[in-house]
Amino acid sequence: MATLVVLIVFILFLAAILTGGYNRRYLDLLQENWLWNWITTVDHKRIGILYLIAGGFFFLMGGLEALLIRIQLMFPNSKFIVGDVYNQLMTMHGTTMIFLVALPLLFGLMNFIVPLQIGARDVAFPFLNSLGFWLYFSGGLLLNLSWLFGGAPDSGWFNYPTLALNDFSPGPGVNYYVLGLQIAGIGTLISGINFLVTIINMRAPGMTYLRMPLFTWTTFVTSALILFAFPPLTAGLFMMMFDRLFETSFFVTAGGGNVVVWQHIFWIFGHPEVYILVLPAFGVFSDVISTFSRKRLFGYNSMVFAVVLIGFLGFMVWVHHMFTVGLGPIANSIFAVSTMAIAVPTGIKVFNWLFTMWGGRIRFTTAMLYAAGFIVNFVMGGVTGVMLAVVPADHQFHDTYFVVAHFHYVIIGGTIMGILAGVYYWWPKMFGIKLDERWGRWNFWLFYFGFHLTFFPQHFLGLWGMPRRVFTYEAGYNLELGNLLSSLGAILMTAGLLFLLYNVVQTFRHGEAAGPDPWDGRTLEWAISSPPPAYNFAQTPRVRGLDPWWLEKHEGDGKLKPAEPLGPIHMPSPSHLPFVMSLGFFISGFGFVFHSWQVGVLGLIVVVVTMYVRSFQEDPGYHIQPDELKGVEH
Amino acid sequence: MKIEENASVAGLPAEPERATLEGKNKILGFWLFIAAETTLFATEFGTYLALKGSSLNGPTPYELFQMPVVAASTLVLLTSSLTSVLAIMGMHENDLQKMLRWFGITILLGAVFLGLEVYEFVEYIHEGHTITSSAFGSSFYLLLGTHGSHVLFGVLWILGLMIQGRNKGITVHTAPKFYVASLYWHFVDVVWIFIFTVVYLMGMIP
Repeated sequence: MATLVVLIVFILFLAAILTGGYNRRYLDLLQENWLWNWITTVDHKRIGILYLIAGGFFFLMGGLEALLIRIQLMFPNSKFIVGDVYNQLMTMHGTTMIFLVALPLLFGLMNFIVPLQIGARDVAFPFLNSLGFWLYFSGGLLLNLSWLFGGAPDSGWFNYPTLALNDFSPGPGVNYYVLGLQIAGIGTLISGINFLVTIINMRAPGMTYLRMPLFTWTTFVTSALILFAFPPLTAGLFMMMFDRLFETSFFVTAGGGNVVVWQHIFWIFGHPEVYILVLPAFGVFSDVISTFSRKRLFGYNSMVFAVVLIGFLGFMVWVHHMFTVGLGPIANSIFAVSTMAIAVPTGIKVFNWLFTMWGGRIRFTTAMLYAAGFIVNFVMGGVTGVMLAVVPADHQFHDTYFVVAHFHYVIIGGTIMGILAGVYYWWPKMFGIKLDERWGRWNFWLFYFGFHLTFFPQHFLGLWGMPRRVFTYEAGYNLELGNLLSSLGAILMTAGLLFLLYNVVQTFRHGEAAGPDPWDGRTLEWAISSPPPAYNFAQTPRVRGLDPWWLEKHEGDGKLKPAEPLGPIHMPSPSHLPFVMSLGFFISGFGFVFHSWQVGVLGLIVVVVTMYVRSFQEDPGYHIQPDELKGVEH
Repeated sequence: MKIEENASVAGLPAEPERATLEGKNKILGFWLFIAAETTLFATEFGTYLALKGSSLNGPTPYELFQMPVVAASTLVLLTSSLTSVLAIMGMHENDLQKMLRWFGITILLGAVFLGLEVYEFVEYIHEGHTITSSAFGSSFYLLLGTHGSHVLFGVLWILGLMIQGRNKGITVHTAPKFYVASLYWHFVDVVWIFIFTVVYLMGMIP
């Protein structure tokens, strides 16, 4: 079988080279194709949109999985989805939402907005930016193909051995998990490095660190967390892969291995991951709240300090996921205290948001509704977080629906609402069309009410003893009402999101142009046209203070001051290599899932060859001449 | 992104690797990549320390390790770090031949190191110490294998860069590549110093 696949791939390669590959006409046709343009793009704005599309697609998958789970749990002793399929659903729901939805959607916003906010023409590494996206997408696709070929992973999103080892998960499911996340994880790491270098090296003149908008700051700290959190995951996934494919004994107790090693490695990654997800949402809310309160952010410096401190402390709390493992009272106490300490910088942020609104001229647009609603959710999620940090209490809460309620309050109530707020806020900048506010309010209220209806009862279900990850419950234990409400809430949330979808479709058809600055914005992205031209800024702006665009509107003449004369703008050329390299990784991953070394190695050869080709390439790029720039006075 | 302006200046700037924004980005990005790799290796070191006592029926570290071979490979790899410095000095002097010569010696030493490592592993396998024999074996070969594949990657990479250097010379485009490759090579060396200390020297304690 494997040999056959290798042969087919080689024949396809040969066919491509002998027929279309060197035929100029076909090549030109291909290069004019819109799909080819999107595949080869290195423009940070287009890559941002690709992230939003791909993240939206996986959101649909993860959301349907959640809906199926809630339908099964709607009534006691239900037989809708039982046993193994349920395990696959809840594993894939968690994995998809964390790795393929939350972070990529945030990456979409970051990619589009951060270069605009710092006055840059592009990110530092446009090629790597594209590679990061395609690796993420191929990893996600590989993971989701498990539904079709061989069965999905079924040992939970944190994939604990021994459950995840061959003895207890004999199918290819966990192989998909290991390889899919490995590939997507490399993409994430690359994007993180890219954002860090962009923010350090590419800021416009005058954009000092303490003048950066909060969304840029949180992107910066999140990227630093990615830099240090993802490599341990990579190492851990390697060990898991070796245990499953090559019979090693990292986590196999019979071979002298130790399952707790995986737990440590996973949570050393996994806890910073939580802050990776929530910090950018903090950034979105900070920008949204200050814009729609018409005030500069209250306590800007303390906000920056709090973000950095949260990022730092985020690495020192991972053992709170392992309180019941039995590491001893000293370890547990230290990590309990460090966990509670995070409440302090978080509290600083909550009060600063409230004080920003205090006395402001508040406009409750949809984005602002999400921001205001978020503060309530996050205080609730934070309080249950501190409750979980109390070790003796955690022994009661552990692995119950109380934990499920807690992390959905922070991840949906924080990250997902942050993404939705960001989408409503920046949509006019991205597409030049405003989303309809009336449908937006329907979307918000249904989603918000549905969210609380879904997850508020789960706190009590957990306290009453309902364990997480179990596919059903008995009648007569007082769990019926809570589960019914929770499932109804999930349906309301779905309805809310359908309003968003409807809104998008309708405004694309009939929406009116938004203009460059529909919200009376404060930061640089609102100074340029919507959608922005490929080169972003005709002249790199000179930044003269915090909230530079607001400053120019109210204390200047309403125009950005240029930092350079008009001149030709250098742009990077599009490239198909990131796509080919990701294809190589995808083929390789697929081969290793099925223990086919030939296919696996073939994919890796494609990767190495592409890397070599790229290394030898010298990209001269192209230039946009001053007379081609739109809307510039000569 | 004003690369052309700088590139067209006659002669080469004093630090050609930092002359363009592209080059500066590349170097900073590479330092960050090294930071990421550090946590990757740290995780593998941690795993090795946690599992090195589990050698089951196979040989323990004390019974296994042969210092002469390890000392020889350490010497070879550390020397290669020095030669890569000399290559970068050649680059700064705009002396292409000197740079290529020293990079050539660097990857030659890298290849010798790989040869010694393969020899060492073959010996261990004969003594029943394999990647599947125990948790000690698994974590040992993962750590050393990751390091070894980094050396191999470095050899192939620098080989590619030497070909580019011969075709294109030292320019503001190629200089950052040579520079980050030497950074990479130093990093791989530093990791080996930790492996030598943590795995081999600490393994000598019975």
